Amino acid sequence: MLTQAVAHEHHHGPPPGLMRWVLTTNHKDIGTLYLVFSLVMFLTGGCMALVIRAELFQPGLQLVQPEFFNQMTTMHGLIMVFGAVMPAFVGLANWMIPMMVGAPDMALPRMNNWSFWILPFAFAMMLATLFMEGGAPNFGWTFYAPLSTTYAPPSVTFFIFAVHMMGISSIMGAINIIATILNLRAPGMTMMKLPLFAWTWLITAFLLIAVMPVLAGVVTMMLMDIHFGTSFFNAAGGGDPVLFQHIFWFFGHPEVYIMILPAFGIISHIIPTFARKRLFGYPSMVYATASIAFLSFIVWAHHMFTVGMPLAGELFFMFSTMLIAVPTGVKVFNWVATMYRGSMTFETPMLFALAFVVLFTIGGFSGLMLAIAPVDFQYHDTYFVVAHFHYVLVPGAIFSIMAATYYWLPKWTGNYYNEYLGKWHFWLSFVGVNITFFPMHFIGLAGMPRRIPDYALQFADFNMVASIGAFLFGLSQLLFVYNIIQCVRGGYGADSRVWEGAEGLEWTLPSPAPYHSFTTPPDLREQGGEH
Amino acid sequence: MTTQYYVPERSYWPILASIGLFLMALGAGTLINGLQQDGSNHGKWLLLTGAALMACIVFAWFRNVVRESRAGLYSAQMDRSFRWGMSWFIFSEVMFFAAFFGALFYIRVFAVPWLGGEGDRGSSNLLWQGFTAEWPLLQNPDSELFPGPSAVISPWGVPLINTLLLLTSSVTLTIAHKGLKTGSRATVKLWLALTILLGIVFLGFQAEEYIVAYTELDLTLKSGIYGATFFILTGFHGLHVTLGTVMLIVILLRVLKGHFDAEQHFGFEAVSWYWHFVDVVWVGLFLFVYIL
Repeated sequence: MLTQAVAHEHHHGPPPGLMRWVLTTNHKDIGTLYLVFSLVMFLTGGCMALVIRAELFQPGLQLVQPEFFNQMTTMHGLIMVFGAVMPAFVGLANWMIPMMVGAPDMALPRMNNWSFWILPFAFAMMLATLFMEGGAPNFGWTFYAPLSTTYAPPSVTFFIFAVHMMGISSIMGAINIIATILNLRAPGMTMMKLPLFAWTWLITAFLLIAVMPVLAGVVTMMLMDIHFGTSFFNAAGGGDPVLFQHIFWFFGHPEVYIMILPAFGIISHIIPTFARKRLFGYPSMVYATASIAFLSFIVWAHHMFTVGMPLAGELFFMFSTMLIAVPTGVKVFNWVATMYRGSMTFETPMLFALAFVVLFTIGGFSGLMLAIAPVDFQYHDTYFVVAHFHYVLVPGAIFSIMAATYYWLPKWTGNYYNEYLGKWHFWLSFVGVNITFFPMHFIGLAGMPRRIPDYALQFADFNMVASIGAFLFGLSQLLFVYNIIQCVRGGYGADSRVWEGAEGLEWTLPSPAPYHSFTTPPDLREQGGEH
Repeated sequence: MTTQYYVPERSYWPILASIGLFLMALGAGTLINGLQQDGSNHGKWLLLTGAALMACIVFAWFRNVVRESRAGLYSAQMDRSFRWGMSWFIFSEVMFFAAFFGALFYIRVFAVPWLGGEGDRGSSNLLWQGFTAEWPLLQNPDSELFPGPSAVISPWGVPLINTLLLLTSSVTLTIAHKGLKTGSRATVKLWLALTILLGIVFLGFQAEEYIVAYTELDLTLKSGIYGATFFILTGFHGLHVTLGTVMLIVILLRVLKGHFDAEQHFGFEAVSWYWHFVDVVWVGLFLFVYIL
């Protein structure tokens, strides 16, 4: 009976109705679910950012109370990291990796569905804390003890369980991606022929499996400290609040690479396509990604230079952090070298990719500045840090997700998006991002602390500029949403190749891609290497 | 490679499992938050409902997979996917324990000596003057807030027995596995049952140890960092032994039903990998929690 059901299923597309999405085992459906969820979370977290920027438009308290302001900074960070960026990359992986490696679907399709459907419940619980007695978590997305233990609102318990659920989801998603890449590649697709998006995701998935359990461990210790009388993060019982920071950042630093490595993969697909050249230095891209992943495990305490570490620790973490600039520099060099003497055109995905290269590099350089332990004593917990990580996350991770969306939308829907609106979206976002975050470098260097609802008059002008930029950036995302909806509903039809310079197995499937990808794996053994 | 990769029909299990997990999390959160107030709320019922739902789903989902496997739907490639899946799951478990071991090492190597005034970390020493660093820590910096344990558990009593039990259980499980590969099902049943028995005896000793710790040694979760690290490490290990034992029982029942053959027995192997992993964690515990 089972075999009949399977044979039956292969003959038609998805069943109609809501249950298609709830019960699906299809990698494209699940990818779409992830992407839509991520977009909703992006807009939710974005609204919280706008609450923050509206309050900071002028000095003094205008709109919200400091307590609520703290809840906004915390929830904004958590939602953007765990709700927007990570699910977006998992969604892209779900959609593209089976097609890129020539597989029929993900390796473990039912578990794939479970990984997704945990998330809406986890975030429902996390957002519900906003309406609980004592308010939502207010201790910042890094939830340092004892702010998150001794002084936390009661809702922290639900925050902890929400984090556990997100962790389960991420680990299962990562296991699925690894199994797909390692086991479902088409015959002849050797590891060094693997598309870079798959390579970067493979390494990202490894990082996820390595560090999400550590996050689970640290929130468990918090739970024990809060409710069961242990003293992990309480020096009165022989513990240490700094221990929290060490464990958190052992998770946290690989986590920030989890949010950027897939972006590197995406950019490494888009630039060759629109430069109409092969990617420069494919093997070095793979090794650079692996090096960054390795280094991510031995740099965590650069987030804690001012906590009072021994000198040897400060030095070790300073130098190991600076080492990251080497493989990252290799990547930026390779992207630029790919464009050198290419026949470039500047469609929306390429514009976002180019902005990524430039603006991510700015974020990388400010990261190098922060890596210098002695000067970090000045920068620590100022708006300079906020500027730094928003440069790598917004025009870094988020721009790459937008680039990927525009790049692959014709493959997903069979229609081209509106290029004119796409360009408007790009330029408004580009200008908005820079107006928002560039001034933060200055106010940070001048000493404005982060996570604060009010500030000294000397910071007023730049804050006003940043707030205007934030609203420009936020509102221009409506163009993005509109463009996607229009593209899904119809538009100029795309052929299977979509982009003139696009190469790879995913472009051999028709657009829109069939419900089941490669039912028989394509054989690449006779062909030469793609790279 | 010529056979098609099996993509299952749409399934109710994942969404139901998500709901079950959500109810468990919501119930546990409500219950735990209620502990600090009057202690009575509906969290208990949410948690129990969620747990019951989860138990049913796990049973149904695995039954589904077992039936598909026995219907011959899984190719050698599918088998490899399961192997990768289980291996990486175990790796994630390793990292979960690594967080607690890391905490223990940090506490012992840095935090407690610094509290005792070692190095130039004298500032923390100002808070609790006269505090002396030692391990096991019997006298906490603030003895009123966190009264320390009167003594700790000697490694050469119950913990040594437990080490021998678990190490033996890894051997017995390997003998059972050998039996499966050579087709001697009587061997499988006997040695698998023996492994389960060893696991249960281990858990019994562990429970006894906890009772002694709480009633005689004042070694509790609340007795400072020694108790905290002791219970979180041995506690999570004990939970894993419990889970492993349940899994072994399921495998034994499947063997009794005539499942598995000499070539195809990934379910058996996955559980045995898990059991060996739990065993290795115990060796780490015995070394770093009890002996050193």
